[in-house]
Amino acid sequence: MLKTQPMTQRIEARFQKCRAEGRAALVTYIMAGDPDPETSLEILKSLPKAGADIVEFGLPFTDPMADGPAIQAAGLRALKGGQDTVKTLDLIRRFRAEDAETPVILMGYFNPIYVYGVDRFLADAREAGVDGLIVVDLPPEEDDELCLPALKAGLAFIRLATPTTDDKRLPAVLENTAGFVYYVSITGITGAATPDFGKVATAVERIKRHTPLPVVVGFGVKSGAHAAAVAQGADGVVVGSALIDALKGTLDAEDRATAGTVEAVTKLVKELSEGVRSVAKRAAA
Amino acid sequence: MSAQAQPNSFRTGPDERGHFGPFGGRFVAETLMPNILELEKAYEEARNDPAFHAEMAYFSTHYIGRPSPLYFAERMTEHLGGAKIYFKREELNHTGAHKVNNVLGQILLARRMGKKRIIAETGAGQHGVATATLCARFGLECIVYMGAVDVERQKPNVFRMNMLGAKVVPVQSGTRTLKDAMNEALRDWVTNVADTFYCIGTVAGPHPYPAMVRDFQCVIGNETREQMLEAEGRLPDSLVACIGGGSNAIGLFHPFLDDKSVEIYGVEAAGHGLHSLHAASLTGGRPGVLHGNRTYLLMNRDGQIADAHSISAGLDYPGIGPEHAWLHEMGRVTYISATDQEALDAFQLCSRLEGILPALEPSHALAKVIEIAPKKPKDHLMVVNISGRGDKDLFQIAEHLGSQIV
Repeated sequence: MLKTQPMTQRIEARFQKCRAEGRAALVTYIMAGDPDPETSLEILKSLPKAGADIVEFGLPFTDPMADGPAIQAAGLRALKGGQDTVKTLDLIRRFRAEDAETPVILMGYFNPIYVYGVDRFLADAREAGVDGLIVVDLPPEEDDELCLPALKAGLAFIRLATPTTDDKRLPAVLENTAGFVYYVSITGITGAATPDFGKVATAVERIKRHTPLPVVVGFGVKSGAHAAAVAQGADGVVVGSALIDALKGTLDAEDRATAGTVEAVTKLVKELSEGVRSVAKRAAA
Repeated sequence: MSAQAQPNSFRTGPDERGHFGPFGGRFVAETLMPNILELEKAYEEARNDPAFHAEMAYFSTHYIGRPSPLYFAERMTEHLGGAKIYFKREELNHTGAHKVNNVLGQILLARRMGKKRIIAETGAGQHGVATATLCARFGLECIVYMGAVDVERQKPNVFRMNMLGAKVVPVQSGTRTLKDAMNEALRDWVTNVADTFYCIGTVAGPHPYPAMVRDFQCVIGNETREQMLEAEGRLPDSLVACIGGGSNAIGLFHPFLDDKSVEIYGVEAAGHGLHSLHAASLTGGRPGVLHGNRTYLLMNRDGQIADAHSISAGLDYPGIGPEHAWLHEMGRVTYISATDQEALDAFQLCSRLEGILPALEPSHALAKVIEIAPKKPKDHLMVVNISGRGDKDLFQIAEHLGSQIV
């Protein structure tokens, strides 16, 4: 067990605030640079105002093997516009200049980080105001690559637990996790099937027996009603593909932002936020 | 390259975490990890079970038609005027390429594991055809992911797969070639993890695939060794094979890696040339992480994977097996490349001189034989792996040569 305490204050404070309000947290995902850098920054800034508690920013990658069509296309739109890791960190820096409290989680795949250089990336990400990382293709078996260096550098490495992570494997998955645990509600890719919410609640209970960390649930959550259903048992609800679908619906024929782009996303976030807030949870003592 | 310490043996890898030096590993989503560990255990049990080897041997002989001949290419040898050239004739295998050696192993393993649904990715279609063939033979459901671009340029193989009862899914995402087919197969696996066996076609992917596929392909090198000892009373002096992911090459090379006298050449696809569009990951790429392993990749400054190009769909992949990346860094194997044009020229020469139509993939290896053999003495024994037959490529070759097949 790694004893170094990661700098996860912003994440902890935010979950504490939600608990105090007697509700689950809303975690939103959008892709950096989609459909262009300035619009994605504008959306990012609008998310907390619309009710998001934690924001995930996607690091675009050409070959996102765990993502469905919506996020694949979002990544390709961003890359076509010249988005890269340096520019993504710049956007976070500009977000952080105006918002010192909302936790920012960078989510993506390992290769762009590996190529950037792990140590340099961790230093730059922390300086830009990133609080945590979710890297899909780094299971506990590869902890030496990024997870352990990230914890040392003071960034939370947020692990994905899945329906295939049984009780035997769960301790290994949780061992170096910090900030929160992300439970993937289905075996599958992002934006695909809607989960069986009863099974999800059982799985969240199981994980919570193994860890004091908050457990958030993502994959397949598309509406305020879904968000409310997940919020019954989980400490947080993650929504990504549905927001990207809402964004995509406003783009013109050349995939450029239009007057309604930012608002389409914030409108859905408001609905999701109402869903999350409709479920009263026992406030923390 | 020789700056690194040389190991006592080049044949002991990978380590228990699937590493060949710094390459390899298990870079996959958590959902797949339990499956990958299950597969590793099942393969370990199978390779220690004489019954599994007996079953492999039976189907190798009676279904694939092994051993494949080691054939003295007399007219090619005369024409080039140097080394004595032998062809390892993997193109004579059932389904027309070396791919079937690996698929047989994996399908027998899937049966042992009780998996009824088989998925595969394919580029040229040879791996897809081999997988569809063995699924038909054993009554298993078969889904083959194939880039939409490759579906278009390898139509005969798509039809063959359909005739064998497989479902071919054209992949429209990304660059619509082999790497995207592999992404889509991984997405399927993550979704249908409980009942599905992913039959990977080359020595890439997460551990244990690179080692397992290599073991199934080593029959090529093991036979070559025996056949050459019988024909010439000694080991060959050099080996040449083409490399996309690198399974036919590692199958020929691996049994000879510790025989210091044997020169080994791997030939990557240089496409339009190394300063233009190509698929030569070792010559033109650098280390990165994709599809479950660390290896040499073609990519931009930001780590975004580049479009590979080769006239041969089977070599059109921006990565290479991790063991090759390691052998490259250790300097044990010399990696060189051949352009589209060189491969086309070699295809024609081999067809005219030997009456053998090689696939475009081994035509790349032949292109370098044409270059290297004349510089070697007449008693130099050179083996080139003819990894597949050219029938599948005839439409494409005709187009390049400006003729029309009616």
